[in-house]
Amino acid sequence: MLQDKDRIFTNIYGLRDKSLKAALKRGHFDGTADIIGKGRDWIINEMKASGLRGRGGAGFPTGLKWSFMPKEVGERPHYLVVNADESEPGTCKDREIMRNDPFTLIEGCVIAGFAMGAHAAYIYIRGEYVRERQALQRAIDECYEQGYLGRDNKCGWDYDIIVHHGAGAYICGEETALLESLEGKKGQPRLKPPFPANVGLYGCPTTVNNVESIAVAPTILRRGGSWFAGIGRQNNTGTKLFCVSGHVEQPCTVEEAMSIPFRELIEKHCGGIRGGWDNLLAVIPGGSSVPLVPGQDIIDAPMDFDGLREIKTSLGTAAVIVMDKSTDIVKAIARISYFYKHESCGQCTPCREGTGWMWRVMERMVTGHAQKREIDMLLDVTKQVEGHTICALGDAAAWPIQGLVRHFRAEIERRIDEFSHNAHDVKPVLEAAE
Amino acid sequence: MSVRRLAEETAQPAGFAFTEENAAWAEATIRKYPEGRQQSAVIPLLMRAQDQEGWVTKAAIEHVAEMLEMPLIRVLEVATFYTQFQLHPVGTKAHIQVCGTTPCMLRGAEDLKAVCRKKIHAEQFHRNEKGSLSWEEVECLGACVNAPMVMIFQDTYEDLTPERLEEIIDLFDAGRGEEVKPGPQNGRHLSVPIGGLTTLKGDYDDLIEEQERDFGHGPANGSKAQGEGAGETVSTPPSEAGRPDTESTESDPSLKSPGKAADGNADQRGEERESDELAAEGHKPAAGQTGGERHGPDDVEDDEESADTGRETSGDFRRAEAAAEDAVIPADKHLADDDGHQPPRVASGEETSKVLSESTDTLAEGRRAVTSDTTTGPAHDDRFESEAEEPEPAREPGDKPADLLSAPQGEADDLKQIKGIGPVIEGKLNDLGVFHFWQIAKWRETELIWIDDYLNFRGRAVREGWIEQARDLQSGSQSRPGDA
Repeated sequence: MLQDKDRIFTNIYGLRDKSLKAALKRGHFDGTADIIGKGRDWIINEMKASGLRGRGGAGFPTGLKWSFMPKEVGERPHYLVVNADESEPGTCKDREIMRNDPFTLIEGCVIAGFAMGAHAAYIYIRGEYVRERQALQRAIDECYEQGYLGRDNKCGWDYDIIVHHGAGAYICGEETALLESLEGKKGQPRLKPPFPANVGLYGCPTTVNNVESIAVAPTILRRGGSWFAGIGRQNNTGTKLFCVSGHVEQPCTVEEAMSIPFRELIEKHCGGIRGGWDNLLAVIPGGSSVPLVPGQDIIDAPMDFDGLREIKTSLGTAAVIVMDKSTDIVKAIARISYFYKHESCGQCTPCREGTGWMWRVMERMVTGHAQKREIDMLLDVTKQVEGHTICALGDAAAWPIQGLVRHFRAEIERRIDEFSHNAHDVKPVLEAAE
Repeated sequence: MSVRRLAEETAQPAGFAFTEENAAWAEATIRKYPEGRQQSAVIPLLMRAQDQEGWVTKAAIEHVAEMLEMPLIRVLEVATFYTQFQLHPVGTKAHIQVCGTTPCMLRGAEDLKAVCRKKIHAEQFHRNEKGSLSWEEVECLGACVNAPMVMIFQDTYEDLTPERLEEIIDLFDAGRGEEVKPGPQNGRHLSVPIGGLTTLKGDYDDLIEEQERDFGHGPANGSKAQGEGAGETVSTPPSEAGRPDTESTESDPSLKSPGKAADGNADQRGEERESDELAAEGHKPAAGQTGGERHGPDDVEDDEESADTGRETSGDFRRAEAAAEDAVIPADKHLADDDGHQPPRVASGEETSKVLSESTDTLAEGRRAVTSDTTTGPAHDDRFESEAEEPEPAREPGDKPADLLSAPQGEADDLKQIKGIGPVIEGKLNDLGVFHFWQIAKWRETELIWIDDYLNFRGRAVREGWIEQARDLQSGSQSRPGDA
């Protein structure tokens, strides 16, 4: 288990003083100017050496991403955009950073901004996080007052942080949709290329990073990439905020070492599965968009990118949704399908039409009011949506259903059988498609 | 995506203007963005307008478009795209946003929705009678470890129980919403495990001390201040949230299946044996009998095609033909001399008209059978097994026997004496209301076809001549008690 001294977010629960003064005492902004003094290449190399992979779900190496920005700042300014549009069902880690430990993020913005030649950062917070936005703004104001931000600041890099917010659209968590939204438009993803590193916010080179990726950077650079790389397994290094929700005794957000076995995570921090380990049915280990896995597959699996890929799922945002045997598993996934139907931006036809179609079929699967051949048809449609859209929302809508059919096909078929056995009692329902 | 439109004209106020304070704030917000990029401020401005008015009015949209020098349609696009903008008036005292996405659903969001339906309005987005409250189900609000939760205005109320939500709604309705402390409602501190800290315990004692000093009690997460057993056996009561509300008996074995078949393993075995027999006869077992036959993608096309050829053709052709003959030709005969042939049906004039209409049905049935006979042809013969996945009463071949009983009259006959009827089939027939030989003996062919289809027996009942067998058995051993 991770020692407290190795934890990056020392005030993640907001139990300690949240002021800048107290944060300085805990070590934030310690030697920021020295780090910046070591230069851009040193920072990027150190980030690469740490093995930090993006915490927003896709797991792209953060150091590499930073290195994609043009070396020299030309006519167009560079921007850092922090993705705080945390909307993936199950995920609530950035919320804790922003409301309780915001100085990690602010310091990270300055350092990351320096590494990519940006003098301004936009933090895009989801509209529903009102209190979080206020807390972050307070912290930023305090930094301006104390001379850690703005012109000629103590960090040695002129820097501005602007807090922006959305208004309840999951799709704005996709980086190009986020940029569109930040420019005051509908949040519909852009085609790539051009990538944001060339044409991003306001047509300028931009890097979009998750809150957690940025917030861990200062500590990594202070303690060295090798320290961070020493935690967890190879390619899956460092610490990670896990949000465990669902049927555990004590749902919580906790910072743990990557690659911690699922069992240990649940036992240590969440008080075990409700009703004991035998009552575990299935787990969605990385937020709603990753396929679920049956309990027995994941119990001893390491919670990291590669370990979960081996069992055909993904770490995603490390939002662990635990479901015990009282769960109506088909309904749980149908609800996720509804979520994606609701959140599709409507730009690409396979996603706009497919998410609604999949949801309607899933709703019938819940009651068993379906034909067995429709299971394969549904699977076939998920394959047609997956990979045929501009952004990954289509994939995200398809994977949970694929996971369900992969592992719980028998349950769906059982319901269909049961429904058809009882078909004499059921009056046909006339329902028009939307 | 969801369809969102502006409120109808009658609900729209005449004009909109930011208050002085908000106007100053708006100016400052616009200045945050680079020169010429003032459009970026559209979401914050609309949000502020909503905070001021309670919802986004058409006038506000026009006002914001003017302030930002944006085309009106662009602002309309934004207002209708983002679901946090309320385009219709909401409750004046509170608009309750219940998170209904899976993590919250697993922990009881459906109970919270039920509370809202009960206390506010059956439909979301509708205001209660006083107009003071409204509710909606929203997608994940990002407080999943504190599920289930609601958001009212700018604050979240987490770790809720239905009872607590009722209290909160009442308080807001009474205008005392500020009395409710935002955040977890079960005494827990933010996202700390409710049993107490598992990490970062360092300063925790100080915090408890401080909170006890300030509030008179510590956080529930501490082992102090929570009373006996705190920190040891804090357990979440199981919720009904994840339980199915469908007709499938998911996890409660005590619920009796309303189905006609299967009341135990013996039956299941029997059924398998039956289907084995069928398989031995060269038939594919029906999916319903094995309970798990998987149709691969290849089957799909096949199935669809055969579905097109019509469900009424299921069964074999000999049968269909016989049915047609029986139905078309002697239909008039049935009408003319049904007294003689069917004594129980002649009781009254009403009865006769019933028989009449039944005969018409038979006629129609017969015609349909003839049509499908001529159109599909024997080439499709091998398809019939692949369908009949579920018996659909509306489209079944044959007629449902009219003499089904709710209970045996006197002692039930041992139907197993008929060749082809085993214990399982006997049970099914009993469930259907067939107990006696005399019932079977007076079935017409079409009725037997219906029974055959109902039992998913693929013509076996006809081939084995159940009616003749029953007649023999009836005359040989028993007589109908009612007639005696």
